[in-house]
Amino acid sequence: MTEEIIIAGFGGQGVLSMGKILAYSGIMQEQEVSWMPSYGPEMRGGTANVTVILSDDRVSSPVLQSFDTAILLNQQSMDKFESTLKPGGLMIYDPNGITRHPKRDDIRIFQVEATAEAARMKSPITFNMLVLGAYIKVNPVVDFENVILGLKKSLPQRHHHLIPKNETAISRGMEMVHEAKRTP
Amino acid sequence: MDIKQIIKEENQVYRRTPLMTEATLSYCPGCGHGTIHRLIMEVVEEMGIQSDTIGIAPVGCAVIAYDFMDIDMSQAAHGRAPALATGIKRLWPEKYVFTYQGDGDLAAIGTAETIHACNRGENIAIFFVNNGIYGMTGGQMAPTTLEGMKSSTSPYGRNSETMGPPYKITEMVAQLPGTYYVARHAVHKPGPVRKAKKAIRQAFENQKLNKGVSLVEFVSNCNSGWKMTPNDSNIWMEENMFKFYPMGDIKVEGKLVNGD
Amino acid sequence: MKEIALMKGNEAVAEAAIRAGVDGYFGYPITPQSEVMEYLMLQRPEERTGMVVLQAESEVASINMVYGAAGTGKKVMTSSSSPGISLMQEGISYIAGAELPCLIVNVVRGGPGLGTIQPSQADYFQSVKGGGHGDYRLIVLAPASVQEMADFVDLGFELAFKYRNPAMILSDGLIGQMMEKVELPPQKERVKEFDQSWVITGKTQDRERNIITSLNLDPDLQYEHNLKLQEKYKSMEQDVMFEKIDCDDADYLLVAYGSSARICQKTVDMARSKGKKIGLLRPKTLDPFPSAELAKMSRRVKAMMAVELSAGQMVEDVRLAVNGKVPVYHYGMVGGKIHSPDDVLSEVEDKFIGGY
Repeated sequence: MTEEIIIAGFGGQGVLSMGKILAYSGIMQEQEVSWMPSYGPEMRGGTANVTVILSDDRVSSPVLQSFDTAILLNQQSMDKFESTLKPGGLMIYDPNGITRHPKRDDIRIFQVEATAEAARMKSPITFNMLVLGAYIKVNPVVDFENVILGLKKSLPQRHHHLIPKNETAISRGMEMVHEAKRTP
Repeated sequence: MDIKQIIKEENQVYRRTPLMTEATLSYCPGCGHGTIHRLIMEVVEEMGIQSDTIGIAPVGCAVIAYDFMDIDMSQAAHGRAPALATGIKRLWPEKYVFTYQGDGDLAAIGTAETIHACNRGENIAIFFVNNGIYGMTGGQMAPTTLEGMKSSTSPYGRNSETMGPPYKITEMVAQLPGTYYVARHAVHKPGPVRKAKKAIRQAFENQKLNKGVSLVEFVSNCNSGWKMTPNDSNIWMEENMFKFYPMGDIKVEGKLVNGD
Repeated sequence: MKEIALMKGNEAVAEAAIRAGVDGYFGYPITPQSEVMEYLMLQRPEERTGMVVLQAESEVASINMVYGAAGTGKKVMTSSSSPGISLMQEGISYIAGAELPCLIVNVVRGGPGLGTIQPSQADYFQSVKGGGHGDYRLIVLAPASVQEMADFVDLGFELAFKYRNPAMILSDGLIGQMMEKVELPPQKERVKEFDQSWVITGKTQDRERNIITSLNLDPDLQYEHNLKLQEKYKSMEQDVMFEKIDCDDADYLLVAYGSSARICQKTVDMARSKGKKIGLLRPKTLDPFPSAELAKMSRRVKAMMAVELSAGQMVEDVRLAVNGKVPVYHYGMVGGKIHSPDDVLSEVEDKFIGGY
């Protein structure tokens, strides 16, 4: 099994840390992993993306042109990465702020209203965990327990009190995710 | 009287400094470098610290100082001696580490290393020989060349308006909290030699205190570069260099001497 | 028990340095390698092993702190990225001339000039053909994974001390910034006993004074010194390292190191799945270069292609090794752009066409 994922959105949405938790989750189930960020001036407010690869074999190229899964969290990312999904691939996106919805009919498309839910929960920092929950529900490449272990590994000790909150958000994301209605 | 009765320890009035090697000095006759080398080696000998002393030679006339000083030495790239000394002292804090640098090395190309080593308060000694000229490369203008002074790259005299004025890096670094002892001396006469040696000893002793940089500047002559006889160069130095670069302590035990 | 961590390449270098028993690190911040010193400072290595970490005022100062400290026989290192490494070249030449062991990590970014902070492999020439002045060589290691970023720290020091020569880890922004699973090396003790035959730690009565210098004003001595250096560089060839992937039955060979080798690995998989016999030779040491192995391979394959994130640098050494026996092509992105496995595949299909 090899799963090649692109996660893209605004800097500050927790794109990189979500990728890191996912990579750690892979390690928890003895997979080979790589996490390759776009780096540089893409700081808070700019665009950020990260390529995560989970595999049962040695990971070859950390740089990819096409992906099994795209998790897209703003319009720019949608515009940039929709076409990079392999046929039969999986897209998960948050419709918040999206005016040009995906058009491809050879992929599976799911939505998670994570921005709205994070606001409702008055917990904007758990936004990315809602999205992560959505992903592992639709494509259970990593087990829920291993995600929690991965979360523990990637958070510094002083933030461990936040784990229950994040765990709740992941579960909530799993409940919320739903197949996108095709826009005509 | 048999000559053997005369050659006795108690009759000895001069001896070669044991920690100076037998190599013939490469410096021009009349130059102050040899005296300064010897004073440093005398201090190392008197303190009994040869086995714990590491020196850094510069690029300049003193580039092969290691041929003359019988101690472990490293030869630095131009201006980088304080960086080498930092590296060594940080890893061997119990050793005595000193740099030996000229004005081009310390005050031009190595300004950043000098200032930052002083600012960090590296626990080293810096011996700075200022003769107001690039001696080794044949008498070009140095950062410390006096206003109006002729050199091969200021043949009509240093013009401060176009070439910048000479500057006193010694007074500059004395302002930094990382310097503990800063002084200026000369070695052209027996009196100044004795004072200079005391300053060198102080710079080595200070390393036991771990309180920062000790920098001793030696205003020296360059009779070849200045195109004078050794004696004339010393007179010219007293009359001109000492006015701009006054002798004495600038900072003692971490306090500026003039109180400002 | 194995210690597994998820780390950036830059962090892996730093952690491995502490574990290799490195005595001193001197550096200056520059993207994309600043995590090396950041990680070190965060780890309080002075408490973990007594390692000294100092932020210098410039790369010029860093390399000269390394030069000074390396002369005392301690394990010392620095890291930087391309423009900073350019600034260090004078010091590197001195260190090579004075025959001192040390480790320099270059996390390469695109140039020339201030260039870009994106990954590149355009410092190959600078690393293996000199960089600084004079006839000297470095030991150049090219990690292709975060694991190798960690492993090559100890390896680099081993080789540096074996030959008393500066070693360089030639990485790039991709390997430096990427996170992978890494098995951390065991903690080594810092070396307390020194070979006193050449180090400057203070002259004792039982030996002559030691001098660290690269200067020989007598041309005969400098001539002899140079011949001795060349002999040393020749002897380094015994430590050449490379990895061969799918080479046994290959008709065509890709030659790539570091991040580009990772990309090519996927290209090989893709080509093989189409039934095309492509292999990959990945130099782990760029100096010494696996010339003999490439010469051997040139008798078996129809063509080779050097794939590198540059306008074509390593390709010259591949051509020298092959000596005209088979065509040697070059493919690579420049200026901080990265080729994808698909890009390489289409180039392979284009250049090696007719071979299928």
